[in-house]
Amino acid sequence: MVKLTVNGTDHVLDVPDEMPLLWAIRDVVGLTGTKFGCGIAACGACTVHLDGAAVRSCVLPVKNAVGKKITTIEGLAPVDKPHPVQAAWVAENVPQCGYCQSGQIMAAAALIAHKPHPSDADIDLAMTNICRCGCYPRIKSAIKSAAAGVA
Amino acid sequence: MTIALERKDFLRIVAAGGAGLSLGVELVPALAAAAVPAAAAPPAFVPVAWVEMGNDGLTTVVVNQSELGQGIATALPMCVAEELDVPMSSVRFRISPAETKYYNPAWHGIQTGGSKSTPSMSPIMRQAGATARAMLVTAAATKWNVDPATCSTANAMVYGPAGQKAKYVDLLAAAAALPVPATVTLKTPDKFKIIGTRQPRLDVRQKTNGTAVYGMDVKVPGMKYASIEKPLQIGGRVVSFDAGAALKVPGVRKVVQVPSGVAVIADNTWAAFQGRKALKVTWGPGPNAGVSTDSIYASARTLSKTPGVVLRTTGDVTSPLSGKVVTASYETQYLAHAPMEPMNTTADVRPDGVTLWTPTQAQTDSQKIAAKIAGVPLESVKVVTTFVGGGFGRRGETDFVEDAVYTSKAAGVPIKLVWTREDDIRNDPYRGGSVTAMTAALTPDGKVTTLKQTMVSSSIVARAIPFMFKNGVDPLAGNGLTNTAYTIPNQLVDWHRLDVQIPVGFWRAPYANANTFAMESFVDELAHAAGQDPVAFRLAHLTAGSRPRNVLERVAKLANWGSTLPTGHALGVAMGQWDDAWIAMVTEVSLPNGKIKIHRVVSSVDVGQPINIDGLEQQIPSAIIYALSAALGGKITFADGGAVQKNFNDFTVLHMGDSPQFVVDIVRSTEKSTGAGEVGVPCVAPSIANAIFTITGKRLRTLPLNDALNA
Repeated sequence: MVKLTVNGTDHVLDVPDEMPLLWAIRDVVGLTGTKFGCGIAACGACTVHLDGAAVRSCVLPVKNAVGKKITTIEGLAPVDKPHPVQAAWVAENVPQCGYCQSGQIMAAAALIAHKPHPSDADIDLAMTNICRCGCYPRIKSAIKSAAAGVA
Repeated sequence: MTIALERKDFLRIVAAGGAGLSLGVELVPALAAAAVPAAAAPPAFVPVAWVEMGNDGLTTVVVNQSELGQGIATALPMCVAEELDVPMSSVRFRISPAETKYYNPAWHGIQTGGSKSTPSMSPIMRQAGATARAMLVTAAATKWNVDPATCSTANAMVYGPAGQKAKYVDLLAAAAALPVPATVTLKTPDKFKIIGTRQPRLDVRQKTNGTAVYGMDVKVPGMKYASIEKPLQIGGRVVSFDAGAALKVPGVRKVVQVPSGVAVIADNTWAAFQGRKALKVTWGPGPNAGVSTDSIYASARTLSKTPGVVLRTTGDVTSPLSGKVVTASYETQYLAHAPMEPMNTTADVRPDGVTLWTPTQAQTDSQKIAAKIAGVPLESVKVVTTFVGGGFGRRGETDFVEDAVYTSKAAGVPIKLVWTREDDIRNDPYRGGSVTAMTAALTPDGKVTTLKQTMVSSSIVARAIPFMFKNGVDPLAGNGLTNTAYTIPNQLVDWHRLDVQIPVGFWRAPYANANTFAMESFVDELAHAAGQDPVAFRLAHLTAGSRPRNVLERVAKLANWGSTLPTGHALGVAMGQWDDAWIAMVTEVSLPNGKIKIHRVVSSVDVGQPINIDGLEQQIPSAIIYALSAALGGKITFADGGAVQKNFNDFTVLHMGDSPQFVVDIVRSTEKSTGAGEVGVPCVAPSIANAIFTITGKRLRTLPLNDALNA
């Protein structure tokens, strides 16, 4: 049994210690906003916050998340009161297929929390999530809008 | 009633799998909107299959094309809203079920691809909006006892000649009782208020708060998870397997053999993946045993030196060439599609029918293959199309649907079948490799008199649409060469089918994505051989006033072609097309530390009447970024019939830090609207190679270009 705190709610899960957090969140807790993209921490679609830091949940064993505050896209902000990064994403019409966007938004939110006014170089360094639709120009622009509080 | 059934199914998915999703909050979009409680009143006015107007004042547009990211679920509703005269804020969409009444005439079924959605469906959707409007006008005119021709509409209101006015929502019942008019008049482009404007995507909120439901997110009662161990060698077959250790993995329930490999059925995805690792499978060799990248290209290079089957011939191509003769040969690499959402499908195979929940581009084909495998009539296969995490042509295939159907049939329960990324990279119907040998003759004043192109490539059509493959000719193989805009008096395009059993598939701008690299690189070589500027040389071979010439003139001006750039930078130009869409591109490149850096890509594009300007401004950079991944470093190589690459660590794709600046210039045309998903792809690689030639004097004729640069 593993006890996880996801979006402020405690869940006791009957899963192996080695199960990646991604699958515990998606298949067992039932929160599917966090996506599976590669399974090797290369694409970032699975990004969640662990005590506020962006982590790639597809390679993080659940045992390493015990006792930590896990935040997923569903818990980033109330649906009717989006996080500034989500508001910027809507204002700039960022998504295309949308599959990578939960991970992109979680990575961007962690970046801004850590560095409220990121430079282009800061953004390029932090945002290594893959988007095959090529939303990169709008993602970068939306991060700047969110950081500037204009969204 | 079928629609009610669909809704119930959606509700089931969302209620079971969508924790954190609050029904009814999201007004706009597809799956959540479709999850309206089944008890909700049916729409008050459904003049045609595509339009459902409710007493809540909302108009639901039924979209029969998959939303892959290309924005079709915004563009088609815009077409309805335009003709219906309702504001976009009152419009939402849902993705249609795979029923005959929603068939796309261009496909004789339901399918999404080839940039065909806009040209095929936008006229139908405009017609649908106009039909609904005409009936609402007639309803109002009847009430007021006036001639409908004296009424006008705007903003969901009908206005009468004497100042009468009525809200659409108050006319729905009366309109619903009227006959559907046989003909309606569409607006002329000068009257457009929505088409040709910038509109936000109707799916943007769901796609930013985690509530959009993709195939990967489907959960249905009683469902198990499964994943299939597949051979490393493409086409390899199971000889025997030992499931003993796999069945001991916690959560693994069952192991069954299916045509593509050995399926592990489990309580969750991770357990299925772990079960696969514990399987012991003995594989038998398939038709690709011993096939390698070297063997494929050796065979292709040999073939390219001999004449193939003729795809196009104009003028005199048999006389000996005179003037300056130039020859060059170009090679393109194999590539995977690699959309962000790995392949998956949830299938429930029952004795009385099948339900598929799938992120597909090919609903009708999926329906057919599921019916065949399950042994049930076509009509008893229901297809629920989820949001799709990227398509690029990959999801026009049915292999991942077949996997789910076979596994559910064997397991006797609903199965969510999930491919790993490794399965995806190793079992893709790839963008095939090609070798193209080019020969041209130039007059002393630099005009091309004869152009001969011998191509060697695998046939997508022969595998995927065999009835179109006749007399050894793949009718699409010459795309980008046979339909060139250049005026060349004598042209021969011939083609050899590369007979390798590695499957190739439709990959964003199929055929043109490879052929245009050869064509536009070679045209650049000809310009230099003629001692002319590459833009001027191209213009000299394009008809004055034509659409392709127009985009080239526009992009040259916009990109300041010929201006002085920072030291070590150069511009490269290319032009291309996809069906009736035209593009010209100028790319600014430099080579810091022996690696290609793309600074800026300037495009002028003519897709006919643009629908959603914002959508186009997404799609053109989207296609360019997809093509940049391919042009710069992406490649699939083969050893003993299997792909060497397996995931995003070795199949490299562009990251944000390497994404250039974009300038997208859209021609405000009123010609027939056409698709924009693919036209951005073909020019990318040649425009870069052409810029690199200007910097280094070295002509790169093989892809990917970073490999060629450092070869």
